Amino acid sequence: MSDLTGLGVRQCLEALGRGDCSSRELTLAFLERSQRLEPDVHAFITPTPELALQMADAADRRRQAWKRDDKSQPLPGLLGLPLAIKDVLALQGVRCTCGSRILENFVPPYTSTAVQHLLDAGVVVTGKTNMDEFAMGSSTENSGYGPTRNPWDLTRVPGGSSGGSAAAVAGRMVPAALGSDTGGSVRQPASFCGVTGIKPTYGRVSRYGLVAFGSSLDTVGVLAHSAEDAALIFTHLAGYDPRDATSIDVPVPEIALHRQDGSLAGLRVGVPDEYFISGIQPEVEAAIRQAIEVLHGLGAEIKPVRLPHTGEALPVYYLIAPAEASANLARYDGVRYGLREPADSVQEIFFNSRGKGFGAEVKRRIMLGTYALSAGYYDAYYGQAQRVRTLIKDDFAQAFQEVDVIAAPVAPSTAFKLGEHSDDPLAMYLEDVFTLPANLAGVPGLAFPVGFDQHGLPVGMQLMGAHFHEDLLFQVGHAYQNVTGWHTCTPALLWV
Amino acid sequence: MSLTLSEVEHIAELARLKLTDEEKDRFRQQLSEILEYAARLQAVDTSQIPPTAAKPAAVVRSVLRPDVPEPCLELKDVLANAPQSEDDQFRVPPVLEQEP
Repeated sequence: MSDLTGLGVRQCLEALGRGDCSSRELTLAFLERSQRLEPDVHAFITPTPELALQMADAADRRRQAWKRDDKSQPLPGLLGLPLAIKDVLALQGVRCTCGSRILENFVPPYTSTAVQHLLDAGVVVTGKTNMDEFAMGSSTENSGYGPTRNPWDLTRVPGGSSGGSAAAVAGRMVPAALGSDTGGSVRQPASFCGVTGIKPTYGRVSRYGLVAFGSSLDTVGVLAHSAEDAALIFTHLAGYDPRDATSIDVPVPEIALHRQDGSLAGLRVGVPDEYFISGIQPEVEAAIRQAIEVLHGLGAEIKPVRLPHTGEALPVYYLIAPAEASANLARYDGVRYGLREPADSVQEIFFNSRGKGFGAEVKRRIMLGTYALSAGYYDAYYGQAQRVRTLIKDDFAQAFQEVDVIAAPVAPSTAFKLGEHSDDPLAMYLEDVFTLPANLAGVPGLAFPVGFDQHGLPVGMQLMGAHFHEDLLFQVGHAYQNVTGWHTCTPALLWV
Repeated sequence: MSLTLSEVEHIAELARLKLTDEEKDRFRQQLSEILEYAARLQAVDTSQIPPTAAKPAAVVRSVLRPDVPEPCLELKDVLANAPQSEDDQFRVPPVLEQEP
């Protein structure tokens, strides 16, 4: 085979299954690509090439043994597939920094459930990817380990906070990667990097071993080259976990990608006016409108739908998420793990370790959340935000009475330049305006590329669905990708 | 909505964050701006609206499990990340003596 790094998840699994290549060959191809691009892109905080080759060899031995004698048991579904993991998910024995200097030397003593599911399915871990510190950011510039650059244009950000995972997939350093999405952190980088990303329903994938940020919002998701590829990983990732009290015990459906007649006849696609506001980049709007036309051409009925409280999602999110973060990040106290700044008293250890270990955005959000929860302000800020959140949720519940999926832009613009928003946190927060509502409502969202702007930067569309209807999002995404080629485009960086 | 320096210092105290003077000044401005933006929520009438609970309402069940002992992490693995440990415990400077 010529270039193995051109393969997506399904193609990798087929190549392995046919014996066209071994997992070692496949893994080496992706590792070599990573090595070549990393000086420019910096998608990884901790690459794990040695671990990857051990896992690949183990996968090859297992497949050999299976071919030789024991064909009664099926092989694990993702056996030998290279995959990268956002550095927010614990993998036992491999350091987990969460993009923060406060966890620079933290080596988790256990593995997160999400990662364990994929290890059980046979994946080969090639490394832990870069991210905004504690997943707080929309550009990966807030990483304590230096920014990731967008493979489509190295002067631009890959989005965030799962920017390392998105860039790794776009640069074909891996066929797929895990991310997390608290306010858009899978979908927005997927959009900026021209890849496909799923943010599952809240509670669908276990958060056990996911470094906590906003506990009522956090989800674990997948970035890959297509809806089909993301679905292949998602089916292994999802499922009830008694170790996560917010994990939901509902069956994970077998994902049938093709609707019965292959068309989208009977599907009702809602288009909310509130997501086509002034200030949206005209080429983004044009690409989304065109993509909606493609869905229409496949037989879907296009209907206007109203989500009247969309405009409130941003202030609601930026009170609730920091409030939850301020509580979650109280655990970084320099006592049990993480950075400790030596001092004469425990109190000083708390203050000094946190003052030194956290970066600016994390401190800002801890301060904001602490304020929103503090005596005298709790009801006006946090309480009011939780009540308006109910209105946002109700908007979605109402909309899904009328339509099956909602189509909208992922972000108001394509990838921006490094440093463009670094002195203006509010401008950075506005990047999340279209992704936050799905997190506040707990509904799933699928982002995928639907075109390019005049600079050759990818434009992403998101489909949102009712709770637990990821299968429908994958079907619609797959139907779109069957008749379009945006998801197969590769950055010029890879042509040389 | 404009925060004062002493409010910023109070929040930093509650959050156990040591900030430089430069950080205090910057956060005072930036947090004021963000809170000003968030103040638009006050205009929404929520007098009849309950706050959102964390879970989607689709499935409601007890999350309590039987109180049965299960294997847990090895002590040495837990302490492996400790900045300082001694005799199977986390070591910190004296706590009580430092209190005023």
